[in-house]
Amino acid sequence: MLKRRTLLAAAGVALGALAAVPAAAQETVKVGLILPMTGPFASTGRQVSAGAKTFLEMKGDTVAGKKIELIIRDDAGVADQTRRIAQELVVNEGVKLLAGGGLTPLAMAVAPVATQAKVPMIVTSAGTASITKASPFITRTSGTLPQYSLPVGTWAAENGIKKVVTLVSDYGPGIDAEKWFSKEFKGKGGEIIEAVRVPLANPDFAPFLQRVRDAKPDAVFVFLPSGAGALFMKQFADRGLPEAGVKLIATGDVTDDDILNSMGKPALGTITGHFYATAHDSPENKAYVEAFTKANDNMRPNFMSVGGYDSMALIYAALEKTNGDVSGPAFMEAVKGMSWTSPRGPVSIDPETRDIIQNIYMREVKELDGELHNVEFATFKDLKDPEKAEAN
Amino acid sequence: MLTILFDGIAYGMLLFILACGLTVTLGLMNFINLAHGAFAMAGGYITVIMMNRYGISFYWCLPAAFLVAAVIGLVLERTLYQWLYQAPHLDQVLFSIGIVFMAVAGTDYFMGGQQQLINLPPELSGRMEVMGVGVGRYRLFTIVLCALLAIALQLILSKTRFGSRLRAAVDDRRVAMGLGINVPVVFALTFAFGSGLAGLGGAMGAEILGLDPNFPLKFMIYFLIVVSVGGTSTVSGPFLAALLLGIADVAGKYYVPAIGPFVIYGLMIVMLIVRPNGLFARGGR
Repeated sequence: MLKRRTLLAAAGVALGALAAVPAAAQETVKVGLILPMTGPFASTGRQVSAGAKTFLEMKGDTVAGKKIELIIRDDAGVADQTRRIAQELVVNEGVKLLAGGGLTPLAMAVAPVATQAKVPMIVTSAGTASITKASPFITRTSGTLPQYSLPVGTWAAENGIKKVVTLVSDYGPGIDAEKWFSKEFKGKGGEIIEAVRVPLANPDFAPFLQRVRDAKPDAVFVFLPSGAGALFMKQFADRGLPEAGVKLIATGDVTDDDILNSMGKPALGTITGHFYATAHDSPENKAYVEAFTKANDNMRPNFMSVGGYDSMALIYAALEKTNGDVSGPAFMEAVKGMSWTSPRGPVSIDPETRDIIQNIYMREVKELDGELHNVEFATFKDLKDPEKAEAN
Repeated sequence: MLTILFDGIAYGMLLFILACGLTVTLGLMNFINLAHGAFAMAGGYITVIMMNRYGISFYWCLPAAFLVAAVIGLVLERTLYQWLYQAPHLDQVLFSIGIVFMAVAGTDYFMGGQQQLINLPPELSGRMEVMGVGVGRYRLFTIVLCALLAIALQLILSKTRFGSRLRAAVDDRRVAMGLGINVPVVFALTFAFGSGLAGLGGAMGAEILGLDPNFPLKFMIYFLIVVSVGGTSTVSGPFLAALLLGIADVAGKYYVPAIGPFVIYGLMIVMLIVRPNGLFARGGR
């Protein structure tokens, strides 16, 4: 009799455990990470997902009594796919938090889903300033183009550069970069003698570079997506612009750490402004780079990866604050004003705009131990996104 | 001014090498092969792998790219393409675009989606002044090599026995076979040669045009423009068309950067209105 009852009880407990353990003792929180894992922007997806996974490996997968489960989905860089996947994850998979947004349109496509479902969305990569305005449930762990173009303008004006030609890709982020660099540079007494916009699908930079050369500026300011940037760099050197006395200053996208090494000698001496460099000197970054390269076959972590890493860091910090409450409004309340130490340095989330506040570093491409690196030499501390700061 | 002209010619020459294989398959064999760019990409990736992984000299990579692309072309022609010679054009288009997508996805899987870079030997990089005109060394190399290839191609097609066999096989397959010409072999060799040229173009273009898994899709439009403007019945037509387009594209982007990218399409439309059958069309085809 007793035996049977014990057995029943045991069975009951076992059944209960099967069904309820995730709910009671250790609930699983699903995080949907939607990234371009294939297609032309696959390197973004690869870096961000590797960064996020590195965080889980380093810090364990439980926080505030919850088990974090990362669901990575591929949108191939197509916005309508991103939207569909986001809906599917929220409705069918019961995802409580969304992350990703490899490109501006992809992040924008998720915004309505985030608003309607009250599911927070953490943008890990896209850099157009206006994204965080698209939904009150969006926050960001990468950076904005105005944020890291403006300091390049400050630096140029203060370091003896008088005349500049800007050369940017002709789309949202490029125009953001051009606008904020020029504004700052002109405000500090510099002169923009020409603004060149290059079509996004552009096979050969020859005519644009020749235009730059003929304008005879002190420097050319460049924003291009990272792959095109590498190609540009080689043609810049090949056309003899360094010998003609034209300096190359750029946003850090051009000297992307992931492919910087394969650009070779022409990249040496390029001055860029950005929020993260693999060579950033801090104990947090050393640990991060070591864990990342070990887990990813010696791939170098770039700025995209650190956006992925910090999206997880932000989730962990916020869940600790809310004591494991993942409901949208509570989570977003916790996110506002959150600050932590990222591999890139100290960062925080602006309580007003939900966008990231961080240091922007000026770096020069140098050779370290036989490899090319972005070496930081100056820091602009705690910069907000200037576009939204101006609007307020 | 002259520098722009020079850059334009170099770009046009590169387009010609990339597209002339397509002229052969489209014009002579009457097969719409949209997958042409995939062979070019194969050549480019061969170069990248040989140079970056094994440190082989760039000069050896060029013939290797030609050979490998040609072999791939030969194998595919024997196994897949030959069954579609008699098929309607729509089937050929669907088939070859399918190959493009497979090539794009396969390359992405094995090589990763990032831009591939090569480092040229020092004597080919940089620029020099020739009579006051700034000339990129690599672009000069491209022009010379492509010009030689164009001449060789024209001679092969018009002067050799193989050339006349090929033209005979195209004009009337049955009669050619009746005369003892082994048409399938002629076609296979031609196809392989065209693919090899694309591979060579891909290898040479890696420096100027860049190389990533979407190469075949990105440049398909350019190939088709060259072939449609140049006409498909000669080699000199696409050659001139490629030069014209290269110069127009570079000059357009230099002088009117705001509408630069459209110049090449505008030119195509005008050319097709004026000469709908291509620059040097044979009458009545």
